[in-house]
Amino acid sequence: MTSTDTITVPRPTGRSLRRLIATETKIAYRVPVGLVLGVVVPVLLLVIFGVSPGFKKPVNPHTTITFMDDYVPVLMALTLALIGLVSLPIPMVMNRERKYLRRLSATPVAPVWLLAAQVAVNLVLAVVAMGLIVGGGVLFFNIKAPGDLGGFILAAALATASLFALGLFIAAVSPSPPVAGVFGTVVLYPLLYFAGLWVPRQNMAPTIRHIGDFTPLGSGVQSLLSALQGTFPPTHALVVMAVWALVFSAAAVKLFRWE
Amino acid sequence: MPHLLCQRELGTMETDPGGLAFRPATEVAIDVSHLRKMYGPTVAVDDLSFSVRRGEIFGVIGPNGAGKTTAVECVGGLRTFDRGSISVLGLDPCRHRGALRQVVGVQLQEGSLPVRLKIDELVELFASFYPHPADTGQLLDLLDLAPKRHAYYGRLSGGQKQRVAIALALVGNPKVAILDELTTGLDPQARRDTWELVASVRDRGVTVVLVTHFMDEAERLCDRVMLVDHGQVVALDTPAMLAERHGGGSRLSFQPSKPFDDSLLTSLPEVSGLQHKDGRVVVTGTGDVLGAVVHALDGVGVEPRNADLTTASLEDAFLRLTARPQGSSQEEESR
Repeated sequence: MTSTDTITVPRPTGRSLRRLIATETKIAYRVPVGLVLGVVVPVLLLVIFGVSPGFKKPVNPHTTITFMDDYVPVLMALTLALIGLVSLPIPMVMNRERKYLRRLSATPVAPVWLLAAQVAVNLVLAVVAMGLIVGGGVLFFNIKAPGDLGGFILAAALATASLFALGLFIAAVSPSPPVAGVFGTVVLYPLLYFAGLWVPRQNMAPTIRHIGDFTPLGSGVQSLLSALQGTFPPTHALVVMAVWALVFSAAAVKLFRWE
Repeated sequence: MPHLLCQRELGTMETDPGGLAFRPATEVAIDVSHLRKMYGPTVAVDDLSFSVRRGEIFGVIGPNGAGKTTAVECVGGLRTFDRGSISVLGLDPCRHRGALRQVVGVQLQEGSLPVRLKIDELVELFASFYPHPADTGQLLDLLDLAPKRHAYYGRLSGGQKQRVAIALALVGNPKVAILDELTTGLDPQARRDTWELVASVRDRGVTVVLVTHFMDEAERLCDRVMLVDHGQVVALDTPAMLAERHGGGSRLSFQPSKPFDDSLLTSLPEVSGLQHKDGRVVVTGTGDVLGAVVHALDGVGVEPRNADLTTASLEDAFLRLTARPQGSSQEEESR
């Protein structure tokens, strides 16, 4: 009873795809939820932390790692959570509710390509935000550049994939935009808690931190931190993120309703 | 691959001059036979068969929940169906989805568009989906949307939004346009403008399927009208013939210049009833009642004065054909 068959989805022309992405970019700029929540807020926090003297101190007397260094992965996690769980799914649910996805399915371009354009635009937002956080931190606030750049990029990519997969799952199962908003918020806070937004991971009780290791942002922050300090991220943390990404993207594809 | 095949089929249909030249009136654009669609246990469309000729405006009318929208959405490839077959310009909506979408433009009954997109952005976006789109500037002019082209969709009035929906249905230069409740929510002037537009689209060779609740719209705009009720075809004919056959006929009342024998008129095949009321004669019947009565009266030298003729409208036909419970309509017939 769905309007789109996944078997023979015709491939759109480059022209359609460019238009779709351009259009979604305009919307991202005109309804700047992702831009404000996902880019401006974390960058603002970076600046606030960066100018606070307390954050420039080493986390303990035996190291040169500062609180600021520790916070960079957490800010990246915040960006990914806000873009992945709010900016990505809610417009998708709105487009379903207003029957725009159904309208698109009456054209030669299947609505799945609109979702692809939305993922692309949010991906750009996330990359820009993470770039600003790391680049700005290194340039202006004296944080250390990633010691293992390859590991850092891999960790960031997997964290992004797992959060976007969660966001797509929310878009798939939420019947209306308010439900998607509630769903996103309910997932957002625990994930950010385990990422160490309120209590840094090293200050968590071991049991809590261990639970956090199985969440995408807990393992994400752990991986990013490790790569920042020059060590390739631990395999189990990368696997945890990959599993979240695969499970929730598969569930989203299976459960997504077009109308 | 079925994709390409369909386009080729389509191409040969278009370039076949023989068939077009000899049978223009009977060439079928859409053929639906024995269509059946269930929603759970509810039968929405039950054994529906009809065909739409190329280049006509084909109206679909019927009470709420009659299955009109379901039927046309099956034709447009927006719904799967349980039984029967559909052919749109030789394409099967289920098997040739891609090719079908290139030649069918749809305006859906409900739904809106992203509020923070401007009209020209929306129209350009949809134009980019089609291989041979219409000139978007001309289209906006035609729909009187050009002055609003840079306005956000969310800021438009209901009528303007409706016109955007029509623009998006036509922007792909479709060969078949399916318009569901085209003028709902428009003011009378906008409705008339839209009718003109649809007629001009038809005149360019587009086959139009129009679902409507407005009998005046069906009467003035449609070449043929199908009345659907309970998911079945109740009647299908030109609006005039539907009104004529099922509308309860015409009613002619006049003051005779001198008395005459009732049987003079009641014996006429066109006349089904005659009553005297306040010195006037009221004749009911079907067909050319006026002509037959005047001719008969003329033969005996009676002059019908202050004649008043009421002919049945499509609305009369609609109400009679969809009357519930069924007993009441039969009672009226026998009276």
